[in-house]
Amino acid sequence: MSLLIDIASGLCLLAGAFFCLVGAWGLLRMPDFYTRVHAASVLETLGADLILLGLVLQAGFTLVAVKLLLIGLLIFFASPTASHALTRAAMVRGVKPLLARGDPPSKP
Amino acid sequence: MMLAAATLAVLVCVVLALARAALGPTVFDRLQAANTIGTCAMLLLALFGFLNGRPEFLDLALTYGLLNIIGVIAVLKFFQQGDLGATGGTENKQ
Repeated sequence: MSLLIDIASGLCLLAGAFFCLVGAWGLLRMPDFYTRVHAASVLETLGADLILLGLVLQAGFTLVAVKLLLIGLLIFFASPTASHALTRAAMVRGVKPLLARGDPPSKP
Repeated sequence: MMLAAATLAVLVCVVLALARAALGPTVFDRLQAANTIGTCAMLLLALFGFLNGRPEFLDLALTYGLLNIIGVIAVLKFFQQGDLGATGGTENKQ
């Protein structure tokens, strides 16, 4: 049973690390502000919560697990709110999306 | 082992987000990078506590998260309306 929990925790940690790397790489490489926010949201919801889930599995039924769940809840609600506020502020300040900036894309 | 791998991955994420914060053409890119670095700091605090076998840094991670969201919203309001004390929503600016 302990080995099973260790394996599940390791898998969650590895998946979270993978999604964190994907999100940060997208934050660096995406061509546009809005696509960058989209990539960073992957890091801030899926990657962070998978890593915290792996840590909860390692902690067991303790106070540490409760604190980790609180952190996960905070990230889960605060990060999409921050992303929404960011894109909204960018739209109000006139940052254009990439497709609206230059020529319209050619019809296939 | 997996804890060390996840810690390394989050550190690499901080480096990549720092590059975006240095490169970013608009102020919103830099803000998004700062928000990402704040989230990564929370994850690093949690992971590092487990890595040392002393998971007592989680209160610090909670505080970092609360300060992170409040800071991002405050700086956003400043750059959106040009004034921290401005009242009213953003609808009348459009």
